[in-house]
Amino acid sequence: MAAPTTLPSALADAVRDESSLRRFLHGLPGVDQVGVEQRAAGLGTRSIKKASKLHAIDLAISMVDLTTLEGADTHGKVRSLAAKAKRPDPERPDVPRVAAVCVYPDMVKTAADELKGTGINVASVATAFPSGRSTMDIKLADTRFAVEQGASEVDMVIDRGAFLSGRYGQVFEEIVKIKEACGDAHLKVILETGELVTYDNVRRASWLALLAGGDFIKTSTGKVQPAATLPVTHVMLQAVRDWKNQTGELRGVKPAGGIRSTKDAIKYLVAVHEVAGPEWLDPHLFRFGASTLLNDLLMQRRTQLDGHYSGPDYVTVD
Amino acid sequence: MWEYAPAPESRDIANLKPNYRMFVDGKFVEGTGEPLKTINPATEEVLAEVSTASASDVDNAVKAARRAYDRVWSKMPGSERAKYIYRIARQIQERARELAVLESLDNGKPIKESRDVDVPTAAAHFFYHAGWADKLSYAGYGPDPKPLGVAGQVIPWNFPLLMAAWKIAPALACGNTVVLKPAETTPLTALVLADIIQQCDLPPGVVNIIPGAGDVGATLVEHPDVNKVAFTGSTDVGKIIQRQLAGTNKKLTLELGGKAANIVFDDAPLDQAVEGIVNGIFFNQGHVCCAGSRLLVQESVADELLEKLQTRIQTLRVGDPLDKNTDVGAINSGEQLAKIKELTESGEAEGAQRWTSSCPLPDKGFFFAPTVFSNVSQAMRIAREEIFGPVLSVLTFRTPDEAVAKANNTPYGLSAGVWTEKGSRILWMAQRMRAGVVWSNTFNRFDPAAPFGGYQESGFGREGGRTGLEAYLDV
Repeated sequence: MAAPTTLPSALADAVRDESSLRRFLHGLPGVDQVGVEQRAAGLGTRSIKKASKLHAIDLAISMVDLTTLEGADTHGKVRSLAAKAKRPDPERPDVPRVAAVCVYPDMVKTAADELKGTGINVASVATAFPSGRSTMDIKLADTRFAVEQGASEVDMVIDRGAFLSGRYGQVFEEIVKIKEACGDAHLKVILETGELVTYDNVRRASWLALLAGGDFIKTSTGKVQPAATLPVTHVMLQAVRDWKNQTGELRGVKPAGGIRSTKDAIKYLVAVHEVAGPEWLDPHLFRFGASTLLNDLLMQRRTQLDGHYSGPDYVTVD
Repeated sequence: MWEYAPAPESRDIANLKPNYRMFVDGKFVEGTGEPLKTINPATEEVLAEVSTASASDVDNAVKAARRAYDRVWSKMPGSERAKYIYRIARQIQERARELAVLESLDNGKPIKESRDVDVPTAAAHFFYHAGWADKLSYAGYGPDPKPLGVAGQVIPWNFPLLMAAWKIAPALACGNTVVLKPAETTPLTALVLADIIQQCDLPPGVVNIIPGAGDVGATLVEHPDVNKVAFTGSTDVGKIIQRQLAGTNKKLTLELGGKAANIVFDDAPLDQAVEGIVNGIFFNQGHVCCAGSRLLVQESVADELLEKLQTRIQTLRVGDPLDKNTDVGAINSGEQLAKIKELTESGEAEGAQRWTSSCPLPDKGFFFAPTVFSNVSQAMRIAREEIFGPVLSVLTFRTPDEAVAKANNTPYGLSAGVWTEKGSRILWMAQRMRAGVVWSNTFNRFDPAAPFGGYQESGFGREGGRTGLEAYLDV
């Protein structure tokens, strides 16, 4: 198997062949379900107030991958989403822009045209999203098409069927090939943790994706329940933290699906801060995959600054 | 950098009063002992003046308890006693915030802990034991087990309200009456509990609460009309009590010190083990008799685990106990702080390697930064003596047998933790641990249904669960 980057020798050894990879993944320390859920709930009680809350809201806005992934998407819908990405709160120009707009491949060009020169990234899902049930050629073509259309970030899905039946080598190869097809575009690897079910699987899949060169590991497509959860995100944050300790490289985490409120978003940021570390509090290393979260962040931002709640009619619904 | 803004709980919620009086025979009365001043260990300011009991006050309290026992409580059907105990439990829930803030002020423990652990668990103990009151015939102690009489109870400062609940709830459920002495440095929440008991209309004398220092406790346990003594505190005092009671027919339970081993095998879930180690020794500033104060880690993962542990400890927030984001609060007293400092200095002098979190500490108050000693050997004082503070001693082992030998090599035996993903090894270890409680892949979990108690110098008798009823029944 071809290792994508120059790995430290211990890790290069892990990807030498299928059985090495399997031994490595199965040799990772287990995750105790009760313990990780208790820790996530405990950290969830942090009380973030005043200036630290406002800072968290602005940070969260700058980390949003504003997403529309519906069969009913139209070019008009994507254009209005792009407008929202540039000016999340039109009356408040000091509101930071979001990190990216995330769409299906056929909408990439529309989004890219709208966002040219703004610094906002265009992310495209690819590889037969959301199920990933297609041939490798089609997945590669899907990826190349998205990049050609102007996507600077690609959100791929792993083959969960292959992962669950223990064909780790196949999943690894797929990620490596998609990464190649991405060229300069950043690759986010969606693990679909709701289908992996156990935290042990989440840890193994996280390491698999990191070994194969994923720039980000992402929880979910948003099409499967449960989508992102705090304990799953804890496990993934531990993976990128351990990855940095072993390789010196910083990789990102993106929880996606089900994060709708500012309160939830802040719980995630607290986890990033205390599990991975303060250097991950950066849109290059942490994203929220969300559609409705942004408006709640904007409403809470106004509440913090104005001292009163203004209601949902003061933010734009796109 | 993202700094959390201070998020203090309002101290007004505690309804702090300038004076507190003792509770005897259903009334709050002035004690004739020398009043004591209780301080906030986080600021060293005086919180309130509390009247204390003299020998004659102790006698009055025991007499009141005896009257209540003879005339009302021992004759009352269990189902009626249960109603009172349920009422106390509900009142604790009603006044949970008040109790939590007051506990943090008086004790120094973080509000997060008094709010999420101490107060809810105290209520849970009353709920649990209320359920037993009318089912004692089914507890396995015969068809109609009888109460003992008057229980004299002396409790420590580390969980002031929770220990009062542990003591009072089973005593009442079994039909005994109570004279309880809270710790000298933390009398306030027990006296609010007295207020709750008064408002719940418990018959006068069923529960009496008499603050004071060690001499009040000694007078209480020596009182000839006390039938049952329950003590939680230091092993030294426990030994004195046991000597005092030798030759009397008083029933005794002791819950004393500990030097628990938290044992991490190389196949453990390491990230959760780190959490369990942190919880085991830094929960309640390490003022926990069952604290996991000795970490025994398998050599093959020792370096990795220690690195993770230090990174994690570095994130612990030490400071104002009323701040909702504080993880480690204040040491309860200057005396205790001096003891912790003395023992840590001995650790350095004996050659252990000290690492202390670089977290900032407040200028005022009694604080001690989380500290880990590595390269500790069994012979050092920090491996043998109970420090009762946020100080962890790390030892290593190579084989399961060695882990068992080292873990059991202590005069104490209150608790132990075993971390491994292998179920069979958990059971193998649990069979061999000489400890009253063995936690596997977790630590410091308390439930009223689970008996708690020790071996050897950690005391005897169990509290909680069906087993815990035995201490308050004539069986």
